[in-house]
Amino acid sequence: MAMPATDRAPAEMVASPSEAPLSFVRRYPQFTISPAILVALVACWWLATDVFGAPAYIVPPPEQVLRALVHGLSRAPWDTGGYWYHAGITVWEALLGLLIGAVFGALLGFVICHWPILGRSWYPYIVGFQSLPKVALAPLMVVWFGFGLQGKVFITAVITFFPVLVNTMAGYQAVEPERIELARSCNASEWHLLSKIILPSCLPFLFAGLSVASVLAILGAVVGEFVGASAGLGMLLMQYDQQMELAPMFAVILLLAVTGFLMNYVMRMLERRYCFWAQRINASGRP
Amino acid sequence: MNLARAATVSPRTSADNAQPLIVARGLSKVYGGTDAQRVLALKNLDFQIYDGEFVSVVGQSGCGKSTLLKVLAGLLPYSAGSVELNGKPLRGPSPEAAVVFQSPVLLPWRTVIENVLLPIEFRKLRIADYRQKAADLLALVGLQDFAQRYPFELSGGMQQRAAIVRALVQDPRLLLMDEPFGALDAMTREQMNLELMRIWSGSRKTVFFITHSIAEAIFLSDRVIAMTTRPGTIADIISIDLPRPRDLSIINTDRFGRYAAHLHSLLDAQGGMF
Repeated sequence: MAMPATDRAPAEMVASPSEAPLSFVRRYPQFTISPAILVALVACWWLATDVFGAPAYIVPPPEQVLRALVHGLSRAPWDTGGYWYHAGITVWEALLGLLIGAVFGALLGFVICHWPILGRSWYPYIVGFQSLPKVALAPLMVVWFGFGLQGKVFITAVITFFPVLVNTMAGYQAVEPERIELARSCNASEWHLLSKIILPSCLPFLFAGLSVASVLAILGAVVGEFVGASAGLGMLLMQYDQQMELAPMFAVILLLAVTGFLMNYVMRMLERRYCFWAQRINASGRP
Repeated sequence: MNLARAATVSPRTSADNAQPLIVARGLSKVYGGTDAQRVLALKNLDFQIYDGEFVSVVGQSGCGKSTLLKVLAGLLPYSAGSVELNGKPLRGPSPEAAVVFQSPVLLPWRTVIENVLLPIEFRKLRIADYRQKAADLLALVGLQDFAQRYPFELSGGMQQRAAIVRALVQDPRLLLMDEPFGALDAMTREQMNLELMRIWSGSRKTVFFITHSIAEAIFLSDRVIAMTTRPGTIADIISIDLPRPRDLSIINTDRFGRYAAHLHSLLDAQGGMF
């Protein structure tokens, strides 16, 4: 790298960590250190079970879990004995619930911010409902919707609704007043003000809410399935639990973790696509 | 009554024999609803601004100069008196006036050209009719190569130039500028002053320019309105009879110094420290 030749303290400049060429490990810790952590964790697991002999009815050894995973994933997606089918059901419930919860959360957020009288009159109820553990509603869902899809979608929507609502409200309040004045000085219509200024200004906040909600969506779907379901990863967990089959249970738990990770990853990709400007602003240190 | 006002007419504009573009009479603005919180921001302002004139307002922070600009932009309702813009009472934002804010207020998700055309979208005009004009104006301020860039790729001075182009694209008669160069460093600021002079002398827009820099006000203006603080009133309106075009060397002339000293004394008279 070309450095300007200065006669003052060149040694310091070379020594500064930001100027030194980064090693591969430092540049891509997600491809080097992250897999190393995984290997270390699996090694500990293997040591605990196969070497030090932790009983398999408490912690199944890794190779058993791997076998269960391969067995479950080698089935066709329409085979109810395989994992793909149940994962598909759970993801479908989570996505539908997330969609409904996010749409309602964002809409309500805009409405109660745009008309403050609505905000102030509804706020106590919103806070009250927020402080209620939504999981407590799950048994009620069975009563209302039975064992089908609707109950899981409902509970997921209720759980994902709040992070989106709260972040939308924060985003609305964070819109620079000058942007609104700019629109008003150009005689912008209310609709233009909302669609061309306020909504895009809120996007980074909206995505922050969606990122949280995407992980909670899986939680909602699984909790819904715990209460009563005929399919889905949560139902599988309950089934293996009753049969004391710990290895497939661990396999399903791993699968749930990966699903949540992927949902969140997709959300971050969408954010990068539609909010590229927000990340650039942060990177340059401006608000 | 008319005779009294004639005294404030600057030579340049009286020669144009123009109608005043802005006429303010007894203009006052009170903030706050309850009696305890009431703040008199502007008290009884009388002034006129003529077509094609460059008028600056100087005053300490809190003297209500930004409030005055927002009132003229139609963004704030006034409490008493009257304001006429081009012979019509001012009610809300007018297509004849465009605002340049202290910060550029460019939307980060839009490219420079999309930002410049935003007022056209807001006013529901045909964007295609204004593309060429926007490109010409960007070229005028040296941003022709940055039309497709995003604001975060531009320096502060370039962003403020884009904001000025956004105001000009609507072809307003009046440009309301609220300390537009206040956030820029001294060098960029001087450059922007020269550039604004160039744009102004080419377009003959009427400019109402808020600043807290006395030198900037004298350098740019035909007339300078000096405002007192709390309540905001007009201490004096001074005609700047310096030859145009002006360059930065004019700052070192005696006449410039006398104007500066006079304005300083007007602003100091109310016991302000700066």
